[in-house]
Amino acid sequence: MTQPTVSARIPSRATALGILQRYGVYIAIVLLLVYNLFFTPNFFAIDNFRTQFVQVVPVLIVALGMALVIGTEGIDLSVGAVMALAASTIPLYIGYGVVPAVLIAIFVGAVIGAFNGIMIALIGVQPIVATLAVMVAGRGLALLIANEQLKSVTDPGVLALGRDAVLGVPFSVIIAVVLVAGVALLVNKTTFGKQLIAVGGSRRASELAGLPVKRILLLVYVLAAGLAAVAGVIGTARLGASVPSTIGNLIELSAITAVVVGGTPLTGGQVKVLGTVAGALLLQFISATLIKHNVPDAYSQIAQAVIILVAVYIQRGKVSVR
Amino acid sequence: MTTTVDTVPNRTEDNRASRERIASALQSYGAAIVLGLLVIVGSIAFPTFASAGNFANIATQSSFLLIVAAGMTFVILTGGIDLSVGSVFALGGVLAAYGSTFGLAGALLLPLAVCGAIGALQGFLIAYGKMAPFIVTLAGLLGVRGLVLATTSGGSTTPLVTDEGVIALGQDSMFGIHWPVVIAVAIIVVGTLLLARTSGGLSILAVGGSESAATLMGLPVARVKFGVYVISGLCAGLAGALNAAYSSSGVPTVGVGLELNAISAVVIGGTLLVGGRGNLIGTVAGVLLLSVIQNLINQVGSLSSSVQAVVSGGFLAVVVIIQTVLSRTQRL
Repeated sequence: MTQPTVSARIPSRATALGILQRYGVYIAIVLLLVYNLFFTPNFFAIDNFRTQFVQVVPVLIVALGMALVIGTEGIDLSVGAVMALAASTIPLYIGYGVVPAVLIAIFVGAVIGAFNGIMIALIGVQPIVATLAVMVAGRGLALLIANEQLKSVTDPGVLALGRDAVLGVPFSVIIAVVLVAGVALLVNKTTFGKQLIAVGGSRRASELAGLPVKRILLLVYVLAAGLAAVAGVIGTARLGASVPSTIGNLIELSAITAVVVGGTPLTGGQVKVLGTVAGALLLQFISATLIKHNVPDAYSQIAQAVIILVAVYIQRGKVSVR
Repeated sequence: MTTTVDTVPNRTEDNRASRERIASALQSYGAAIVLGLLVIVGSIAFPTFASAGNFANIATQSSFLLIVAAGMTFVILTGGIDLSVGSVFALGGVLAAYGSTFGLAGALLLPLAVCGAIGALQGFLIAYGKMAPFIVTLAGLLGVRGLVLATTSGGSTTPLVTDEGVIALGQDSMFGIHWPVVIAVAIIVVGTLLLARTSGGLSILAVGGSESAATLMGLPVARVKFGVYVISGLCAGLAGALNAAYSSSGVPTVGVGLELNAISAVVIGGTLLVGGRGNLIGTVAGVLLLSVIQNLINQVGSLSSSVQAVVSGGFLAVVVIIQTVLSRTQRL
């Protein structure tokens, strides 16, 4: 995936930039952890890391789907609304048991994803505006389904999903790890993964090569929405309540940031799964660090903005090299 | 607009040309036609809808979004996008409230200067730093909202507008029309003239149509792109300042999601997101359409804001699908 940098005149600078582009997010995580080791009391504690990992799970799962979409040179703004829809359906079907309720929630997400995919792949609407429409309408629909009310979920199965742990590792983290592995395999080891990257690299060339471009795009949006629905289920399980008005609010921004900081270019043609995980963790650690040092929310938002800009500026060179 | 060759037009080419003309007209005036139909249906269905007072009300409530959407139109015409306008709108309001201690000039100049500078910073990164507009203005959305919180002690204080002159700017009217509406209309008129009659306006359309072609023609592409983000920042800041004057306070939480409404209005108004094609009159129709839908839903009374979100989102989806199909017809 990584091509040799072309600038031969100033090799040292090009190499440094290349290393930053490839490993920047990991370097940033290490630096941040080292800083916390020395300057933040109680940061290096099992409990703290467990909290951090549990908190990062919804963003991480949404970001996995977002990485696939961005890999095809698309964008999905509707993920937060899909989380809300998934959350709003759980109280409706929880009477049939945990498994049917969760499956229906994910199915509803996949249907929304299919709607996105049909608009984008078959009709040719731009991803940003198609998913914008679904984002606005989807959250409204979720609120209508829930009668604009918060509904507490008391089913022990659902609560276990959010709170129980195996050998000290919370269920939600295990699910996230399994999904990361699944998406990594999908991208790197399957034909579908190669096709997805080819479509993102050049849609025209993929069409000429005879790839089923429309089907690939459709499936990518279904996957992204399905993953978002899983995040919605986990978020609901953790809260013990279905809160369609707030769940997943602005998560599309965090997910896009995690993907981009992780080294997946917005121009498509590459998907960095591990980078996305690292990007989500970096954002989580940054906000945790700022909170533990009592930095007001205002400044942590500004810090996040600066980090996005720096990360994208560093990534920028890659596009011209490719 | 037609791509047919004008030598010996045969029957099929005639058909195609007329079909293209209809598609093009629908794309440009579709929003206005739907708006007209909605107003007629609304007037028949709800006697309270078709009153001068209600129309004036719709106009006032639309004026703030219209100013923001006007700036957004310029950005989208170049093929860009500005996600930061909601946050800049809030910052403009807060700064206007602080600035109002120095009278009307302070209430306008402070937000315009700061919001213009924010637009300039984003424009610089996009035009000269060659970064993607989506991501730069996404950072702007977060960072500027952070600035709003930082200037209002975490959003817990709401600075009040005390100056009589500033409040008059927001609440007084001329011949029954509120000043924000007058200002919004003036911006649309000036903007339309700018786009149609000046070299700068034509450069904006050219850059959006094809950036590489515009570069080859020797147009100052970077300067044009820089300029539209400054315009968008100024518009969002001005709208925020007027909104603060109207509500006589700079509320730090306003404008969340405003960028989505502005983008929807611009797209519904027939401006293509890929750039190069569209106009401000369409944006006016798009903004009014969103406001009228909201007003009609309020007229029904029993319907909630969730229904409104579903209707607006569904409407946007239908419009973009029709537009995509129409522009495909034109490309044939």
